[in-house]
Amino acid sequence: MSVSKEQIIDFIYDEARMLDEGRYSEWLALWLPDGHYWMPLEYKQTDPINQTSLLYEDMFMLKLRVERLNGARTFSQKPKSRCHHVIQRPFVDEMNGDTFVTNTSMHYVETRLDEQQLLALTARHDLALVDGALRIANKRVDLLNSDAAFRNIQLLP
Amino acid sequence: MGIYTGNPNAAANLVQPHQVHRDVYIDQEVYALEMRHVFTNAWVFVGHESQTPAKGDYFATQIGDQPVIQVRHKADEIHVLYNRCPHKGTKIVIDRQGNTGKFFRCPYHAWSFKTDGCLLAIPLKKGYEGTGLEKTDSGKGMKAVGAVKNYRGFIFARLAEAGISFEEFFGDSLSSLDNMVDRSPEGRLEVVGSPLRYLHHCNWKMLVENQTDTCHPMVAHESSAGTAVKLYEELDLPEGAPKPAAMEIIAPFMSPYEFFEGMGIRTWPNGHGHTGVNHSIHSDYSAIAGYFEAMSAAYGEEKAKEILGENRHNTVYFPNIMIKGPIQQLRNFIPLAADKTIVESYIYRLVGAPDELTARTAMYNRMINAPTSIVGHDDLEMYERAQEGLHANGMEWVNIQRLLEEDEDFSQEAVLNGTTERQMRNQFDAWRKFMTYGGRART
Repeated sequence: MSVSKEQIIDFIYDEARMLDEGRYSEWLALWLPDGHYWMPLEYKQTDPINQTSLLYEDMFMLKLRVERLNGARTFSQKPKSRCHHVIQRPFVDEMNGDTFVTNTSMHYVETRLDEQQLLALTARHDLALVDGALRIANKRVDLLNSDAAFRNIQLLP
Repeated sequence: MGIYTGNPNAAANLVQPHQVHRDVYIDQEVYALEMRHVFTNAWVFVGHESQTPAKGDYFATQIGDQPVIQVRHKADEIHVLYNRCPHKGTKIVIDRQGNTGKFFRCPYHAWSFKTDGCLLAIPLKKGYEGTGLEKTDSGKGMKAVGAVKNYRGFIFARLAEAGISFEEFFGDSLSSLDNMVDRSPEGRLEVVGSPLRYLHHCNWKMLVENQTDTCHPMVAHESSAGTAVKLYEELDLPEGAPKPAAMEIIAPFMSPYEFFEGMGIRTWPNGHGHTGVNHSIHSDYSAIAGYFEAMSAAYGEEKAKEILGENRHNTVYFPNIMIKGPIQQLRNFIPLAADKTIVESYIYRLVGAPDELTARTAMYNRMINAPTSIVGHDDLEMYERAQEGLHANGMEWVNIQRLLEEDEDFSQEAVLNGTTERQMRNQFDAWRKFMTYGGRART
């Protein structure tokens, strides 16, 4: 079976909506087991392993992050944060058989109590078609101001 | 003007043996006094020499609220200058790092300065003839800080022209820095990448005190470390299967009180101290192939074992940094206001050691100290709740008396139960000392 460009674009939109609506079990199910969510610290960073990143999380860490959000003693989520993605139509940069690469510009807003922050970012998705379904193989999120001093970023762009 | 401005003795009276007044955390006048006295009389961390490896390389940072530049003047000479043109006050450099070539040039009126700060040239200089410019501070060039010391690659500065020597200020506490550097088979560290930069709406001292607060991890971090342990157990992996990396880094935060009691705390004079005298959360990290061999080749097996046998957890260097020797990390708690602190978390590479060690250090940094870190989220929530809660009237003191002993003498090194708050008391003892030190305030 094959996947159309439109289906790939819809997938990116659907993922953003899951995060905004806090549908994390569905979101985790999008990932391939060896995937990584990478948020570099430096502009055009090439190495996620041997230097500091903001995030470089495997499935265990992503599950932990999601599970923690609902913990009875997760005090930094009392009250809970909320987030909101506004995304530009994704560019589908590569379509090679069963693997695909997209690039998407987004404005991401996260809020809790009286604070709200806006992050401008570009997300690169490496997608794969596995058993007839699109899955996330890897995701890289480059914040426009990745080298700035940040307050908490508790949810996921 | 309130009761503290111009009166460091009034601020010093906010410290008692078993408690401190809330104004040390929430009062902006006390903050101003800290900058003028504590951060002027003490030796404060600036940067690492590997951030400015070549002549003309500079790095812009702060000592307390003072903008400074660390600059490589000669191959073996690093200077620390105020980041201010002596003419109109313009910051000479605005980017965090770069290379200025042979001289600094102010972008406003093109006054130029050698990289040791000396005035080099002023355009249309005849306009100053006979005006006595050379007798003014402006005519001398960029002002240097009072004293600079490069200790095994780490640059410290004292703003005050005269005062306590580097050696007396740090004393035996330098053993923690030594151990971190000795972990390189070549005895040398190099900074890796940029620091994490994390903005907290709380007083800088809350962050420093937290570094030796061993009664909070199993409580405040239950949400992250506790959940990690639970998830791992649910995985029900077969025996011998590799643990997720997060378990090695995060899970030890859930160690029981007995573990932290047994780890021990050592305090040194002038506000320095460390947790993890006997063991620490870093003790059980897996061995990395080739590392011990490289260390043995460099130092001999016995000495290598001695160096790696130290597992000091957090070493606080008064006033405002913490280092972790076993993972080559340094956190700089830079005070911006009474209720505003930026935390910069640096990591270093052990020159001559396998890359896997750097990878583990980078992992620790992002998992524990990033603005995106779930462990960081736990801590920030506590600091900021305290910063707000302290405004409650009718209860104006903060308690620091866990395992308080009668007549504690902070001029003597001490090793105690790992859950004592003695190191917090030690910091406040030093705070009071340098608040009123020799009557030498910055002029």
